[in-house]
Amino acid sequence: MSPHPLSETSALACLVCLLLTPCIAAGLALINTGLGRSRSAAHSILGALCVVGAAAVAYAAIGSCWLGLAGHPGHALMLEGKSWGWLGAEAPFFLKLDTSDATAVLTALFGLLGAALAALIPLSSGADRWRLGASCLSAGVMAGVTYPLFAHWAWRGWLQTLGRNYGFGQGFLDCGGAASIQCVGGLTALAIAWILGPRRGKYNAGAMPVAIPGHNIVFVVFGCFLAWAGWIGLDGAGATLFAGAGVSQIALGALNATLGAAASALTGAVLTRSRFGRCDASLTANAWIAGLVSTSAGCAFMPPLAGILIGVAGGALVVFAVDWIELKLTIDDPGGAIAVHALNGLWGLLAAGWFARFPGASDAGQTMAQTAGIATLLGFVLPLTYGLNRLQNRIRPQRVRPESERQGLDLSELGASAYPDLLTHTDDL
Amino acid sequence: MRWLGFGLLVAGWLLVIAALILLAGAPVQVAFVLAGLAVEVLGLVFIFRSHLIPRRSRV
Repeated sequence: MSPHPLSETSALACLVCLLLTPCIAAGLALINTGLGRSRSAAHSILGALCVVGAAAVAYAAIGSCWLGLAGHPGHALMLEGKSWGWLGAEAPFFLKLDTSDATAVLTALFGLLGAALAALIPLSSGADRWRLGASCLSAGVMAGVTYPLFAHWAWRGWLQTLGRNYGFGQGFLDCGGAASIQCVGGLTALAIAWILGPRRGKYNAGAMPVAIPGHNIVFVVFGCFLAWAGWIGLDGAGATLFAGAGVSQIALGALNATLGAAASALTGAVLTRSRFGRCDASLTANAWIAGLVSTSAGCAFMPPLAGILIGVAGGALVVFAVDWIELKLTIDDPGGAIAVHALNGLWGLLAAGWFARFPGASDAGQTMAQTAGIATLLGFVLPLTYGLNRLQNRIRPQRVRPESERQGLDLSELGASAYPDLLTHTDDL
Repeated sequence: MRWLGFGLLVAGWLLVIAALILLAGAPVQVAFVLAGLAVEVLGLVFIFRSHLIPRRSRV
């Protein structure tokens, strides 16, 4: 489905969309910081910047070779007479990039931004206890290995050609990066939460969780607004580059993203009010992001009603999954990245199989293509990212020392607090 | 139990891939794909159980 080259109008629309995308990084950084403790706020926001830097450099050095570029050949296996593209074949640091080819340059930029966004997601689950150097190294490994491998399969490799090779709809549909960015980041967040373990004082002797509320909900909600703007850009650019969407479909994607986020946030607000007696601001904000995540897989190819239905289900999923992950699975995920990005990414992929329609083309078997992608995320990406991060942890522990955690990461890792005028912490857990 | 879980995740994925390549005809293919997903879910259950925090041990 990938068109090459893009028309001038599509290329311009794609460029405008891509220029909006860094708003997601700003939004996620604010959300992570707001949902963390005040004693680690500077560390969290600086960590986001450093992680984006590490991911961008690692992607340019290694990841870009494996993800490949639009219109360039890659490595492929021949199985039962069908070509299975499994790895890109580019030179490092975009050395073979034809700078006069707008489509190739836009694809390279999308890949780079996607790597940076995916790398930001695990910061949320590792908040308040993840060393800065370790998070940068982990981000580099993800941007250099895990993300480009899967993204190549999803956007131009064997998953994308399941439609052409086996008649499964239009092949794996992931135009807004629900799988390659959100699920890869969310599953890595799960691996990081497992490896680091819970924050000090998070669980009592009966393994019951203790509430550690975020320190600034204004950051969180403002981050949601920023992410909304960026998501519209990400969905539009991905749909143009990987699914051949035109300007009208970019607009449809923006409509679906907005409706999905709105429906999801309202569902979150209503459910938390009915369960706890009051709206929970952090869960409602997380539901907003969940709506954006879950609609991103097939945003440009779904009717608006589908966007609303997907959002409602995504919002409900977040409200129940955050509790379930914390209470039943005893996983400490301060920012809710596992529920928001991993679970809702998977839900969005499945929903895209049910609701996506392609004018003038077959969508029969689309659910099978989406299922193959989901199986690959669980059966390949999760073991790979867990193994790589565990290896890194074996070489040098990723978690800070208990004394640093008690003191706060601002003082222990940066030497200065984000809020020097405030009193020091009294919750000496 | 943790590594068995990860092994089941990979095995389930390979089952799905094998079904896509080797099997033709919707019912059989769908059945094997669903079986592969079920194996993955079993693997996830093992992994989650291996990471549970035991009661009466303060973290």
